Amino acid sequence: MGLPLGAALAACGTSGPTRPGGGATTGGGGGGATYWYLSGMPQEGIRTGAVERFNKANPGAQITGTTFQNDAYKTKIKTAIGASQAPTLIWGWGGGTLRSYVQAGQVEDLTSWFGENAAVKDRLFPSSFGAATIDGKIYAMPCETVQPIVLFYNKKLFDKIGAQPPESWGDIMALVPKFNAAGIAPFSLGGQSRWTNMMWLEFLFDRIAGPEVFQAVFDGQKDAWSNPAAIDALTKMQDLIKADGFIKGFSSITADSNADQALLYTGKAAMMLHGSWTYGSMSADGGDFVSGGNLGFMNFPPVEGGKGDPTNTVGNPGQYLSISSKATAEQKEIAKKFFATGVLDGEEVKGWVSNGSVPIVQGADSNFAGSKDAEWLNFVYGVASKAATFQQSWDQALSPTAAETLLDNIAKLFQLSVTPEEFATNMNAVIGK
Amino acid sequence: MSAPPRHGSSLGWLAVPALLLFGGFGVVPLVGVLVLSFTSWDGLGDIHFAGFESWRAVLADPGLPHALWVTFLVMAVSWLVQTPASILLGVFLAGKQRYRAVLSVVYFVPLLLSSAAIAITYKALLDPNFGLGAGLGLEFLAQDWLGEPALAFSVVIFVVSWQFIPFHSLIYQGGARQIPRSMYEAAELDGAGRIRKFFSITLPQLKYTIVTSSTLMVVGSLTFFDLIFVLTAGGPGDATRVLALDMYKRGFQANLMGPASVIAIILVLFGLALALVLRRAAGGTGSDSRMEGA
Repeated sequence: MGLPLGAALAACGTSGPTRPGGGATTGGGGGGATYWYLSGMPQEGIRTGAVERFNKANPGAQITGTTFQNDAYKTKIKTAIGASQAPTLIWGWGGGTLRSYVQAGQVEDLTSWFGENAAVKDRLFPSSFGAATIDGKIYAMPCETVQPIVLFYNKKLFDKIGAQPPESWGDIMALVPKFNAAGIAPFSLGGQSRWTNMMWLEFLFDRIAGPEVFQAVFDGQKDAWSNPAAIDALTKMQDLIKADGFIKGFSSITADSNADQALLYTGKAAMMLHGSWTYGSMSADGGDFVSGGNLGFMNFPPVEGGKGDPTNTVGNPGQYLSISSKATAEQKEIAKKFFATGVLDGEEVKGWVSNGSVPIVQGADSNFAGSKDAEWLNFVYGVASKAATFQQSWDQALSPTAAETLLDNIAKLFQLSVTPEEFATNMNAVIGK
Repeated sequence: MSAPPRHGSSLGWLAVPALLLFGGFGVVPLVGVLVLSFTSWDGLGDIHFAGFESWRAVLADPGLPHALWVTFLVMAVSWLVQTPASILLGVFLAGKQRYRAVLSVVYFVPLLLSSAAIAITYKALLDPNFGLGAGLGLEFLAQDWLGEPALAFSVVIFVVSWQFIPFHSLIYQGGARQIPRSMYEAAELDGAGRIRKFFSITLPQLKYTIVTSSTLMVVGSLTFFDLIFVLTAGGPGDATRVLALDMYKRGFQANLMGPASVIAIILVLFGLALALVLRRAAGGTGSDSRMEGA
């Protein structure tokens, strides 16, 4: 039984003696700062490289890094922060999780620091600061890359049935029977991961009524999910599922295994709505699919009669680094120095670009020329920098409690086991929680 | 030289290591969870006393009866599938023939694999687009195995059985080998056939083995987590969301440690009650000799 033991141990941590910063347990050399981040190439190499360059340039201010796998990290960092054993630098996704750290008083308020170091702030995409800002104060330094959700398609399959990429929701619904008739699934989807389904709703809500509908949920307005526009979006979603818009067996496919991407590049599915981070893995695993120019990409098309700005996008506006409030003054100084000189330095920017990602630095597009992925990089840069609204992924924006209820109900919505109205009722119950 | 140890006095210290371990890793966390079930805690901030709030929230949640029902179904169906198969296999393997010894080694293999590895393998084999069915072009194998509620549930039962039948066969094999040959010889003199011998001697003699094996199966199925988590993650929808999974989702994904602790307590109570009922149902206590009246 994992819970009793884990919970009991964590409980011991909060009441037991706390060591400032927890640096002494993981970091060598006593006073240095500690930094936990995600493993997995090629991103891990870029993160490690930035730390190594910083350590080399600052012999008196050392950062010790420790890497974790994505899911292991999510649990580990939560337990460590709960036990006041957090690393100096806390890597994360901002939004609702960051809010829970703030409410527990575990992360530093960086508002005044950014005020004094305007140059650090001004070189990053302004949209990246939304998810770092809680109640008007900045608690994290945006870092790494911008990851909008993109509609990918397989050009070969569109040629095969003689169709054009969809320019509206109506086109999407019209394409579905055409692809099905040709024995090709219209859309790939890793439905078991649940957040994959959520990306569809994020776009439908936005295209139908703009960002205000979800903003009302986020602001805790009563019965915000029962908005007619929300019901319309949920109904349209189920219409697409009922029309066999998604690959057979989508609810047992996980995104972690990249099987959803494989369906697209092996020609089993024609289109896929997914994060821009999949471009790198499709290039690596898809043979000559990407290099041969078979991968098409576009922003989600508008919905007929919808009020949302079609330049809007959703996804991850950036990744985030916070400073533990339990760190020593010396560790905090090192961390701030890293923010000012280490994070997204010239080398790191080049590193991200070389694997097909767009760093959140203004003017990063000057590095795109000559890259084999220039068309893709310019597209992502354009989407990210021109978006009227960049909505953070719902599950990241909401509190973990509300996010879990949301994902749970989205899975049922896609399973057709709840109606749009039941979905709204279930979700209204956790607004503001 | 030394006086024989008096009953129950000088040997008590032998139980100390076991008691310490059980106390430290069994009783103390259990008390901790009981306390947590009366608090509200997100795993990060301070722990606040919340009275019966978590209990009220969990007991009023329609997800709880559903999770209880799924847990019960998994328990009942997997028992119904595993027990007859294990008894037959166990009795068959109890024979002394060489080929049966070889087969028993082969049957043992699934027990050597971890649940997570088994789940990942089956998930890959059953993938509707890249799995066995699609690969071999066999239409009937290319079902949406883990995407249809009833199919997904059946797959869970199948994989659980595949994994644990070897273990229970082993128990029955040991049980069957303990049955005195003389009983079979006597029956043969009376002209009993194979089937008669199985039902009149083997099965009654295995009574306590059945109780032991059933207790392990039933209580064990309460805590199925790893296999279902990897295989279906409780899906599709909540078709395979058992209590243990519900507890994990509430505690570690929704950050609701209070309600998760409530479910943990419910699980413990159910496990204890089931173990008790099974012992009672067997008549007398399980530690009576099975040779009585033989």
